[in-house]
Amino acid sequence: MNEEMITLTIDGVEVKTKKGNTILQAAREIGIDIPTLCFLKEINEVGDCRMCIVEVEGRRGFATSCIQKVEEGMIVHTNTPEVTEARRIVLDLILSNHAKDCLTCTRLGNCELQKLAERFNVQNIEYAGEMSKHEIDDKSPAIVRDFNKCILCRRCVATCKNVQEIGAIDCIGRGFESCISTMYDCSLNDVDCTFCGQCIEACPTGALHEKEVINEVWKKLKDPETYVVVQTAPAVRVALGEEFDMPIGTNVKGKMVTALKRIGFDKVFDTNTGADLTIMEEANEFMERMQGGGVLPMITSCSPGWVRFAEKNYGELLGHLSSCKSPYQMFGALIKSYFAEKYGIARDKICTVSVMPCIAKKYECSRPEMEVDGARDVDYVLTTRELARMIKQANIDFAVLQDSNFDDPMGEASGAGAIFGTTGGVMEAAIRTAVDTLEGKNIDQIEYKEVRGEKGIKEACLKVAGNEVRIAVSSGLANARKLMEQIKEGKSPYHFIEIMACPGGCVMGGGQPIKSAKVRSSVDVRKLRADSLYEIDEKSAIRKSHENPVMKQIYDEYLEKPGSHLAHKYLHTTYHPMKKYDID
Amino acid sequence: MKTIEQIEKIRNEKRKELELRINPEVVTQEKHILVCRGTGCTSSKSPQIIEKFREILAQKNIENVRVIQTGCFGLCAKGPIVVIRPEETFYAHVKPEDCEEIIETHIINGQKVERLLCKNMDGSIVHKLNELDFYKKQKRIALKNCGTINPEEIDEYIAFDGYKALEKVLTGMSQDDVIDVISKSGLRGRGGAGFPTGKKWSFTKMAESDQKYVVCNADEGDPGAFMDRSILEGDPHCVLEAMAIAGYAIGANQGYIYVRAEYPIAVHRLKVAIQQAREYGLLGKNIFGTDFCFDIDIRLGAGAFVCGEETALLESIEGKRGQPRLKPPYPASQGLFGKPTVINNVETLANITKIILNGAEWYASIGTEHSKGTKVFALGGNVNNVGLVEVPMGTTLREIVYDIGGGIPKGREFKAAQTGGPSGGCIPAEHLDTPIDYESLASIGSMMGSGGLIVMDDTKCMVNLAKFYLEFTVAESCGKCTPCRIGTKRMLEILEKLCSGEATEEDIERLEKLAINIKKASVCGLGQSAPNPVLSTLRYFRGEFTEHAVQKKCRTNECKKIAKIQINQDQCKACGLCQKQCPVGAIDGEGREKRTINQEKCIKCGTCIASCPFKAIK
Amino acid sequence: MEEKCVEQKVRKETEEILAQYRPEKDLLITILNDVQEKYGYIPKQAQMAISEYLAIPMAEIYGVITFYSRFTLAPKGKYNISICLGTACYVKGSQKLLDRAKERLKIEPGQVTKDGKFSIDDVRCVGACGLAPVFMVNDEVYGNATVKQLDEVIDKYMKL
Repeated sequence: MNEEMITLTIDGVEVKTKKGNTILQAAREIGIDIPTLCFLKEINEVGDCRMCIVEVEGRRGFATSCIQKVEEGMIVHTNTPEVTEARRIVLDLILSNHAKDCLTCTRLGNCELQKLAERFNVQNIEYAGEMSKHEIDDKSPAIVRDFNKCILCRRCVATCKNVQEIGAIDCIGRGFESCISTMYDCSLNDVDCTFCGQCIEACPTGALHEKEVINEVWKKLKDPETYVVVQTAPAVRVALGEEFDMPIGTNVKGKMVTALKRIGFDKVFDTNTGADLTIMEEANEFMERMQGGGVLPMITSCSPGWVRFAEKNYGELLGHLSSCKSPYQMFGALIKSYFAEKYGIARDKICTVSVMPCIAKKYECSRPEMEVDGARDVDYVLTTRELARMIKQANIDFAVLQDSNFDDPMGEASGAGAIFGTTGGVMEAAIRTAVDTLEGKNIDQIEYKEVRGEKGIKEACLKVAGNEVRIAVSSGLANARKLMEQIKEGKSPYHFIEIMACPGGCVMGGGQPIKSAKVRSSVDVRKLRADSLYEIDEKSAIRKSHENPVMKQIYDEYLEKPGSHLAHKYLHTTYHPMKKYDID
Repeated sequence: MKTIEQIEKIRNEKRKELELRINPEVVTQEKHILVCRGTGCTSSKSPQIIEKFREILAQKNIENVRVIQTGCFGLCAKGPIVVIRPEETFYAHVKPEDCEEIIETHIINGQKVERLLCKNMDGSIVHKLNELDFYKKQKRIALKNCGTINPEEIDEYIAFDGYKALEKVLTGMSQDDVIDVISKSGLRGRGGAGFPTGKKWSFTKMAESDQKYVVCNADEGDPGAFMDRSILEGDPHCVLEAMAIAGYAIGANQGYIYVRAEYPIAVHRLKVAIQQAREYGLLGKNIFGTDFCFDIDIRLGAGAFVCGEETALLESIEGKRGQPRLKPPYPASQGLFGKPTVINNVETLANITKIILNGAEWYASIGTEHSKGTKVFALGGNVNNVGLVEVPMGTTLREIVYDIGGGIPKGREFKAAQTGGPSGGCIPAEHLDTPIDYESLASIGSMMGSGGLIVMDDTKCMVNLAKFYLEFTVAESCGKCTPCRIGTKRMLEILEKLCSGEATEEDIERLEKLAINIKKASVCGLGQSAPNPVLSTLRYFRGEFTEHAVQKKCRTNECKKIAKIQINQDQCKACGLCQKQCPVGAIDGEGREKRTINQEKCIKCGTCIASCPFKAIK
Repeated sequence: MEEKCVEQKVRKETEEILAQYRPEKDLLITILNDVQEKYGYIPKQAQMAISEYLAIPMAEIYGVITFYSRFTLAPKGKYNISICLGTACYVKGSQKLLDRAKERLKIEPGQVTKDGKFSIDDVRCVGACGLAPVFMVNDEVYGNATVKQLDEVIDKYMKL
């Protein structure tokens, strides 16, 4: 296809670019980096912050380069004295109403505003004045909102409202008094927020961040009485390296395990093994529902943001959710039972920590259902970012670490467990096991490419043991809503649905390293991280959950069989309709 | 549903009946008592006046006299206004208690109630409306029917050529013909920037779409402007008819009027008018039996000045926060619900039917080279004849303020006139003779805006005035873009410093630099024009800013924090009255000593100024 | 208990308002205007009913309400004193009226006195520029107003 090209001049350099591109894109193609703040490709293209203003010859006023499309023969100047002065004043004004406690901010060093201040060599605030003052919302177990650091770029609002189609936060008030908040300025805990954490990924500053539990975990680690066990989710290993300046998607599993051991965890396990366990249970549950006339479609339940969404919006349809806990919860329950008994460690001396790419899991681990016989399945959830901070605090030079392996007796995981971290992965893993089981033999086909990739809703129809199994995979809550509405109207054609709250799945979870708007507009972060997971799968000796010898070991030694009474006790959970807005 | 013939019949019959409204020479036994039911007169009891008149007429069994509610006569300062036709007697400040006397003296005995008549500046008593100085230099096109017809009677509108333009357009003109006439007339948008209306229509007509809209911007937010409100209150059908014509020209079948909810009378009259027009088939399907269908809905604004900005207004009609959209794309290609949309303000639309009926050449013959036709101004502030005036473009400010407005009260000096409201600027005395049009106002640092024209005398502090406008902008900024959201707040903070004597000369420079950059970098018209009141006062009254900054002095004492009340020692007679009145004991001196003010104690309440029988305190 | 009853009533009445409109998002402001008119403010329960009917998140409705100055989240006083700060009134000294009202009632614009009797609003042009300066008590307009007149009016309503 011949794409129409446009020729224009930017800062005296002639550039040919695709028709439909913005001035910003065209400029970046020739190495002119126009500063931006509110711009987030395809999500927030509104031109509010005014950092990206440029001069276009023959046009009155400045043009907004992040939105303005290129035109033939356009002559653009990005750096005239007038535009530089205006841009500098805009930055000055933003800084004049921003809490400048950078040294104690979680985004120190990874803040887009800080980078601009550095780039513009801001030495003093020329237009200092009254600052907005807001109370910090840290009521929820997952997300902290500190509006004093907000610059009103509205990237979070666009993400919540347009990408996830939740709209828990919005712009409130008017003028200087405007702020980003919830209805009646309630805590996120009490409104329709699902804790997916995508807003955090969108925030250029430290106005939104996870509720940190680093200090609590350090305390447990330093307590000689406590036996601290950590597990890491599949998606963490392909993103953690980014916090240490490694290329996006680098698999740092070996270094990560070494670092965790150096930090002082008594055991380092792999949540991928928990994922295998989930597949054992979930595939079994699915087959039981198929054969026993259970509620269909069955929907996966390992994304707690999605579960909270369902509980708040589709209370009447919760029977569709698989009763399986998410992998790290299953694993946590087994650490405090199977593992504790096997190694003779008192259950109440064990502290379970999970490193997750997820924000909602911080909430999930606090759900009342997530405990067995008084023992919490998982005590603390750390995000990938928090782990990176701990590694830095522990004086570990991550880049030069040698590799280590996960600990036994639960250190083995299948490739199926690895791909849990990307959209379509849970479904593919489940199919691998379900097909083998239903067919009663080892099927050669391992990969199911139709459920891979970035599309929001993917579907396929499989022929299994003479039956048709219609499946769908969705990521992002806007897509989840579409599938749920189908079910509500009784028109869902599917038997089995995988839903993940975050667009792209866990690799793009709210707890993953935050990528700047500039990186997000030039690199497909999701694909790089997901490809890395698929590579792990491809290189795995075992690629099906039910072939993992650890599974056999656990069921033989402890749980008997999938769906058993004990399995239900430790590995399954229940759901309850929630009020969408918890207000008086 | 009425046919063309039926409408024509109504027109002819009704016209005969109403001839006395516009022709003082007509021979008739009938009299019409017209009572202004505009917002101003209504709030000073004109509804009770109407009731009272009717009551008395009924009591006295007088049959050939009708009492009619009308829209605004324009001279609001003299309200409540009662005009008796055909003899055109203009009664001012009428109270319900006066009705009896008016009926007795005027209606029954055929004499004038002298005490309710107005005087012109030369002291002469005015017997007829058109003899008032106020009306002499005016030319009423947009306001043609205001004060003449009952706005709640469609037949009265039809009598004065109402819906004739629509008939002409639908039965004999192509879409391009209509746009051509409007283009050639030279009509420009009356809402602010003055974009040529014909061009706007033509762009929207050319945009390809299955659905287009006509939107009437009646969100008159400029504080101190009430032209649009008066047109809607006095002649709502002329706006509806013009919208239908616009709809035909661009290919739209739906219109929306976005009107401030704070204008309850205007909203009511619009509702009545739309209902009546629908009943006559002048709105709805197959108007005048043609293929053209057009209907209109009202949407209420909810108190946001920024919604006067056209894209913010569209957002608001769509049910959202009124935050402006970036342009391009312009509404002509992507407007309401993403469809091509023409947005015109009320006054612009009020000119359309007259242009269609009288021709482009007629309209283009009025006004200046680039600004055709007339402009309605809401004249207010320190001027005698507060009210609504419509003058040909090119009339000078002096004519408006002195000849029409009757000059400044209490014989004070003219200091400045403010046009364009919070987006406009101040015009100093040196430009009093500038003929007013779009270009000339822009060249002297102001703008036409919607037509608010506030006159200020020499008791007004220009720094304080700039602060007043910035307070407004800060309160009304939508908060979307950085320069307007934070920048205007910072400007206000600097102005507050100036007004309280805490600023330095350097602050004035910082203020100016910030103002210039906010103008350039803001997203919408509100932000881009928000610094105008500051820039224009700086341009003409910089000295006053410097006085505030350097000498910490406000020459008008309007800035309370630095105001200094002083007793002129030459005029003080040591009567001691001020001392008795002063609530804080800030006045020194005993017995026959001349009094002085202790500035440390003084709270600048002004009690002493009022108490001094010798006007020695300032 | 009593509170629950009031909430249910508001909900029911809001639903009656909603029944007049199609469930389309662009009608949000129109509906909010009706609710504001009915209650003098927009109760939370009404917002919930609107949110469900139009499928608009509560945060967005809250954002719209707080954007437009006509909409309020709490009831106004029995006697709401609106003082016009439009330019025409301002030039004729309406600031003095506002200052006086604040001083007399010891509340700021937007607030209600403790006994719920009075509230003050500073409004931008009520359109009665010919009568400047102007203040209003509920719907009654007082033109060519003076501080003395304001005092008398406040005294009158205080006794009521």
